Order: sequence, then structure tokens, then C-alpha cells
Amino acid sequence: MSRATLQPEVTEAARELEHPEFETVIGLEVHVELSTDSKIFCGCSTRFDAPPNSHTCPVCLGLPGVLPVLNRKAVEYAILTALALNCDIASFSKFDRKNYFYPDLPKNYQISQYDLPLATGGYIDVPVDGDTRRVRVKRVHLEEDAGKSLHEGGTITGSSFSLEDYNRTGVPLLEIVSEPDIRSPQEAYAYLSMLRSILRYLGVSDCKMEEGSLRCDANISVRPKGSSAFGTQTELKNLNSFRAVEKGLAYEAKRQAEVLARGEKVVRETRHWDEARQMTVPLRGKEQAHDYRYFPEPDLVPLEIDESWVDDIRRALPELPGARRERLIREYGLPEYDAALITESRDLADYFEDAVAHYGADAKAVSNWVMGELARLMNATGTDIRDVRVSPEALAAMLKMMDKGVISGKIAKAVFEEMFTTGKPPDQVVAERGLVQITDEGELAKVVDEVIAENQPVADEVRAGKDKAMTFLVGQVMKKTRGRANPQAVNRLLRDRLRP
Amino acid sequence: MRLNELTAHELRQKIERRDVKIEDAVGAVLDRISEVDGAIRAYVTVAREQALAKARAADERLARGEPTRLLEGVPVAIKDVMCTRGLETTCSSKILKGFIPPYDATVVERLERAGAIIIGKTNMDEFAMGSSTENSGLLPTKNPWDLERVPGGSSGGSAAAIAADEATAALGSDTGGSVRQPASFCGVVGLKPTYGLVSRYGLIAFASSLDQIGPITRDVHDCALVLSVIAGHDPLDSTSVPRPSRDYTKDLVPDVRGMRIGVPKEYFGEGMAPGVRAAVGAALKKLQDMGAILADVSLPHSEYALATYYLVAPAEASSNLARYDGVRYGFRARGCEDSITMMTKTRSEGFGPEVKRRIMLGTYALSAGYYEAYYLKALKVRTLLARDFDRAFEKCDCLVGPTSPTVAFKFGEKTDDPLAMYLSDIYTVTANLAGIPGISIPCGFGEDGMPVGLQILGKHFDEGTVLRVAYAFEQATDFHKKKPEFRSGMSETTGVR
Repeated sequence: MSRATLQPEVTEAARELEHPEFETVIGLEVHVELSTDSKIFCGCSTRFDAPPNSHTCPVCLGLPGVLPVLNRKAVEYAILTALALNCDIASFSKFDRKNYFYPDLPKNYQISQYDLPLATGGYIDVPVDGDTRRVRVKRVHLEEDAGKSLHEGGTITGSSFSLEDYNRTGVPLLEIVSEPDIRSPQEAYAYLSMLRSILRYLGVSDCKMEEGSLRCDANISVRPKGSSAFGTQTELKNLNSFRAVEKGLAYEAKRQAEVLARGEKVVRETRHWDEARQMTVPLRGKEQAHDYRYFPEPDLVPLEIDESWVDDIRRALPELPGARRERLIREYGLPEYDAALITESRDLADYFEDAVAHYGADAKAVSNWVMGELARLMNATGTDIRDVRVSPEALAAMLKMMDKGVISGKIAKAVFEEMFTTGKPPDQVVAERGLVQITDEGELAKVVDEVIAENQPVADEVRAGKDKAMTFLVGQVMKKTRGRANPQAVNRLLRDRLRP
Repeated sequence: MRLNELTAHELRQKIERRDVKIEDAVGAVLDRISEVDGAIRAYVTVAREQALAKARAADERLARGEPTRLLEGVPVAIKDVMCTRGLETTCSSKILKGFIPPYDATVVERLERAGAIIIGKTNMDEFAMGSSTENSGLLPTKNPWDLERVPGGSSGGSAAAIAADEATAALGSDTGGSVRQPASFCGVVGLKPTYGLVSRYGLIAFASSLDQIGPITRDVHDCALVLSVIAGHDPLDSTSVPRPSRDYTKDLVPDVRGMRIGVPKEYFGEGMAPGVRAAVGAALKKLQDMGAILADVSLPHSEYALATYYLVAPAEASSNLARYDGVRYGFRARGCEDSITMMTKTRSEGFGPEVKRRIMLGTYALSAGYYEAYYLKALKVRTLLARDFDRAFEKCDCLVGPTSPTVAFKFGEKTDDPLAMYLSDIYTVTANLAGIPGISIPCGFGEDGMPVGLQILGKHFDEGTVLRVAYAFEQATDFHKKKPEFRSGMSETTGVR
């Protein structure tokens, strides 16, 4: 869990790129690798990061004579996802071959779905700036992933040879295509975040853009505000991070708006987001002239999905982020902002609810700790919520210690950090480090007197009415007690002595 | 009679009675190959040592008292379009030279599990595209009945091997007639089963929706025996139909009395050689004499079958053959600057002219703007052709006609005219388009004494009826017992390879 997932940052730069007289129209094409154990058409493992070509067999290598057999789990995940995206599941769909030559594609065709996809006609409600935008989902279909080419020297031009790794070949992919309902790069970012959140709730994909298990291409056009006709679109590729999606679209929107503002025409083409140069560049014309010669895959029978299977899967649908957000607001009285951030991840929301259950008191206090210290430490150490060593129960116990005055809020931060690092329960941390708050007034008064004695000039300033000097003395007492003093009590004791 | 001349069921019986050692049976076939294959050239690979080792192991099994399996010790030849683990598999194409599959085709596995001994891999038209085996990228195969004539194709090697007693049984593959037509040309029995009956796993695809593996044998009994072994559901082939296995030898009843046999008038049209017409006519008369009821039927869309076939098959082939690019296995062109050039050059040098012609035909038919006019329309006609058969089968139990309009032709006779070559399959492609079973059995001799095949077509999964009619006809005739003349004089004129 990175900071970015908790806090969808919208850069000012991105906003500035927009031209006020034009409206941007965006549709996203998202590819998600499904986290099935085995590949879509054979029994090979889908594990990421294995030694090259160790997860291959005659089928996924496309050796002469082999045939595909459809993985039922992949279909199940696809149906589950399509239902979560409010789609209609086709009772009859089929697979088609998409023909093109590339060394990372062993059969030189990809088994995909063309005119009869698995699901159509869905939508995602996307929270944008405190509002909800409904983005329609045009279609969801299953296909197989290709392998990876590794070019000697890193780039295809100038390298003397390339190597192929077919481990990824045949990993099940779900393609999710939106309607052109997205109106800004920020909305695209929010749509993608919500989609990822849903997919992770379903547990159908780990959605790691950096590992390529979530990939995004975008179709983008601009048109004069108020117009209902679509402008000429370009297709944007190589958007390799959430940030790249937003920045690439912002750049392209501005570029197209400027073209139109100059009275020129946008060329229909595929463009590549150049991360290094922070700009989009056209791909060579040759690569755009693809005729994929789709035709029905004769090695597979049509996919017939009966209603009862869909119903079984529908019953297994978990509570999705949108519904959970609403519930957290309703049940716990959380602010919209807190609820949105906490429900983005199912595990984080589970953690939160578990902690609240153990705490039994103020849910907002739990939310503050989860979004504050917990998120900060997770982010700083790159820890996933599932690997956090502080159990929700331990967090609740620590909050209770604060409520009882055993530790101060300030001490609590230190205690929590140690709990996070060592996994020890809060009472153990407090006991081992002697962090129990000094509640004995007599003991505290002794320290206060010492501090006054050692800092007579400052004490005089306090007597003369300088509040800043008072803060210094409080600090000195805290220092001597290693933070174990209750600041309110210290303040009162100092005041009693210096400003009676 | 020498051991290599026996039928599979005869040989198996002798093995079961311990009258014959498997090693001797295999040895006899290998000797025969040494003796005649220099002239016939049915094989592209002979697995001599492997076969002998397996034969000895099988003899030991039997000596230990283990049961005699369905094809125990039967030497079988496999068309080089089916993958055999550890044994080079080329589809008679330069592009697959050196390809040694790491796995067995399901049919090969089933044959071996039933005790069959794989003798070697037989020659074929490159990637099964052709009707004469002249399109082999490796070597030409001769027709044992006349060495100046082709054996038919594309399973010409398997048919010639059976006719020349170089194997006891063989497998071929049939996409548009590639089992039946060479069986007809070589005077042997060849069956194309219903689409989905025999697993295609490990069969190197030509046209996936048409391809079926079938037996090529000396008689109908052997055909039923081999079919019983290779047929059945395979979870590795999604198009294989889940049906219980079946012993097809139970269908071998020599009685056609009261059976209704349809004679499609479209199968006796122009271009049919008089000798073929006469032989098939006599066969029909024979069936009638045996008590069958002949009925004239019509398959009105037949005239579109060949055109439909030459859209569907090349379209699928253009995609199926895309994988031969030199990246992973087989032949790779050398000295290329980049991967696209390497793939292009590999394919330019590795494929023969007929394969290239069909890849181009298919690519064109699937291209944007032509798909609806060609491929999609072909699929619609395919449905009409299937409906023709459904109607005909409402009135009769099976259909009978010629397998091919001519007897085996001479080398080079049709190589310059692809259309004339394609016409050789005019009576066979329809069964593939409709998915129904069809058999070719010897029914006499036509022009220049060359064998003529009788085709019997049946309903989907009704191989039982097809085999029964074929068996009854065979029992009532002697055509299948006649062997090509060359075998007595052959060894003197040709040296050992």
C-alpha cells in the first residue's frame, strides 16, 4: 500500500493544462491479469517473477499440434468481475483469433473475444470531488496474455538480439472497456482507482501496474464545450502508472485542444506516452495498419453460461467499495473523506472495522490513527496492510490506554511506532520502556520545582506574563520525565507556582 | 503369407496364441521397408531401433503372462502430421525439419497403450495440403500399383505403406478427403470419423474445424479395430465429444438386407472417369443384390462444396500456420538483421508453393472488407451443406458413391493446375464440411487396372452403420484381397535403402 493509493493526488500542473473552451472525452481500455493459479488454456502456473520459461508447456508455447482447454476459474473470475461492474452476462459467447505476428506471441495469434464478448452494458459509480460520476462499461471479455521480449541492451533498436520469456504467455487477461464517459484526466484517475479497488475487493487480481497485472490504454478526443459530437480520437499507449495515465491524458488533451485552437485537425493515430520526455509521440504508421483478421476460434467450443452458475457467483459477491463507503458513513458516522480512503482497500477497511469492534468507542479516533500514524508508517516502510504487525486488537488496546490516561497522546505515537516495528502489544511496550504516565502529583511537583530552580531567568519571564517562556518550562519538564508527564498537569503545577 | 502381409486382426490372433513373436512381426515389416521403400518412399522416418526395442519389451510382457491388448504387437505407421515424442515430426515440410516433439499426440498414446508398435512416420503433402503427396517438401511417394502414379494425398505415405505391406495398419488425417482419396487410389480401406470422435490433440493443425484422424488399413475389420482404440473423449481437445468408448468390431455384421442406401445424383456428374463410373455402378448393383434398398437422393448444394472448402480451410490454415516463424523450433533463416526479417525469410524459404498459395488465399478471405463476402458466406453455405445431409438421412441409413472421380493419376499430371488437383476431392470435402463420417473401400478396378474406391457416408457418430455396410460389401467381394503386382519382382529391381 503506497501513499498514492490512500491519497489520489491531483497535480496542479494537470489542471493547468486544460483549455477552458474545450471539453475532453476519454474512454479507457483496461487489461487485468486474473490471479488464477493456472493459465487460461493450460495447467502452467501464473506466478510472477519465476525464472524465464520455467512456467511453460507445449500448449502455452504454441508447439505444433496443441489445443487450448478453457480454465473454468478464469471464466468464474470474469463473471464475478462483470457482475461487480453491473454488466449483463452473455449466456452465449465465443472466442476468436486475433492474428498478428510478434515474437512474444507463440502462435502468432491471440485467443480473444471479438463480436460476442462475455459481458456488456455495465457501469461504475466513481466518486469525483465529493460527487459521483457514473461511467458506463461497454464490454468485458477474456483473452490470453502474451510473453515478454527482452532486448539485449534494453531497447529494440540497436540491440543485436532479443530473448523471449513465455512465462506470461497464456495468463488469463480480462479486458474492461469503458464508454467515452470520462471527462477529464482526474476522472480517468478516479475511474481507474475505483476499478482497481473493486477488482481487489473481488480478489480476482492484484492489480499491480508496475508488474503489468493492470494495464491501461486510453482513447481521447476533445471537442468545443457544449458540442455533442465526438472529436477525432487518438489512442494513448504506454501509460505505465496511475500517474502516467493522468499526466499522459492531460498532455494529450492540451495538445489536441491546441491543434483545434489553431484551426487544424487532430490526426487519428496511436500515440505513445514518453515518460522521460513527458510528452506523447506518434507511433510509426506501419504499426497502426493492423488488420487482425478476426475469426471464430475453431479449437474451442462456444462459451455457454447458464443462469444458475451466474446466480451462484452473484451470491458470492462481497460488499463492494461504494456500498461499504456508504455503510461506514452511516454506521460509524465517519466523514465522507475518511470513509472513501479507508474503503479503497478491502483489507484496510477490514482492519478499521475490526479495530473499531475491539475498541468499542469513538470510530473517528480509530480512523485518525489508521489514516495518520498507520498509513505514515506503512508508507515509510513500504508495508502492505496485510503484513502490518499491529493487530486491530492491539491498536484498540492502545487507544484504551490513552483513554485511561496511562499514556499520553504523544507517548502513544512512540508506543505505536514500536508496536509497528516489533509487533509487541502496547502494554508490553509501555512496561518495558517505562513509559507509564506519571500520575503521582507529588513526584511531578518535585520535577517542576527542580526545573524552576534551574531556570530562574525564564521563570521570571513567566512571572512577567510571557507565555512563550511557559512553553519552554513545560518542555523542560517533559524532557526530564522523558515525556511521561501529563502536559496538562505540568501546566497546572507551573501556573500554581509562578502565577498564583 | 509373410507376417507383414497379415491384417492386424490376423496378426493379433497369432500373437495371442503365441504363434508369432512380436519382434518377428515388427522385423518382417522393417525388412519389407528395407526391401521396397527405396522405390515406394512411403516413410520419411523409420523408427527401427525404437520399434524393435518396444517389440522385445512387449514379448517379455506376454511371456510374463500379461493380457494381450487390442492391438498387441501390431506395427503401425503414423502420418507425419501427428506428434510423436522423441521422434522427428515434420509435416513433410522443410520448416519443421528437426522438430522433435516433447509429447505424444493422444492417438499415438492410445495406440501404444493398446499395444501397437509405432514403425515410423509417413510422407504426406506438406501440412496435409494436396491430393497427390507431390506437395511433400521432402520426397515423392509412389503408388504401389503403378510407380508412375501418385498414391493420392495428403495421406499418401500411409496409404502406400499399407498397400505395399510396409505396415500393418496406419493413421492418416482427413481435412477434405486426405484419408479416403489415397485409400481409394491405393486400393485400401480409409475412414474419416465424425468430427469430434477422435482427439485432435497432437495432430498438427491444417484446418481445425475440418481435421480428423482416421485409420488406413487392409480391411474393414482392421479399420473398426483401430477406430475402437483411437476414438473417445479427450479432455485435452475441447472439440472432442464426450461419449462412451465403443467396440466398433461389434458393428461388423455382414448383412445389409432392408437397409436404405441413398445414391446422391450430384456424385455422378461430369468429370467422372468411365472406369470409376462402371466400378461404382457395379458396386451399387452388388449392394442391391445383397438386399439393400437403393434410393435416389439429392444434395442440392453440393456444387458449392469445393468453393466453400477452399475458403474455410485456407482461412483456418493461414492462422494455424502462423506459428512457424523460426523463433522457437524447426527451421530458421540465417543472417537476418531483425526479427521481422527473420520471420519473413524463414517462412519464404521454409514453406512450399502450395502452402504459400493457401496461406495467401486464407489471409485474403479473412481480411477486413472481404470477411463477410468470403469467410462468413462460406460458413453459411456450410450450414446449408449440413442440412442437405440431414434431409438425405431422413430417408436413408447411409449414402454411397465414388470416393474420387478418377483413379490415381500420373506424376506431374495436375501439378501445374491447382484447380484440377482440387477437383480430385470434389466428393470428399462435403463430409468434412458437414462433420459426418465417411469410408473408402476397394470396389473394383478402373482405368489401367488401377483401384477404385467406394465411399460410404453416414450420419453423425453413426460409424457403426458405415462400417457395417462396408464390411458386408467386403465380405461379399474380393477386391481388398488383391495386392499390387510389383511385390514379387520389386526386390530384384530396387536395392535396399
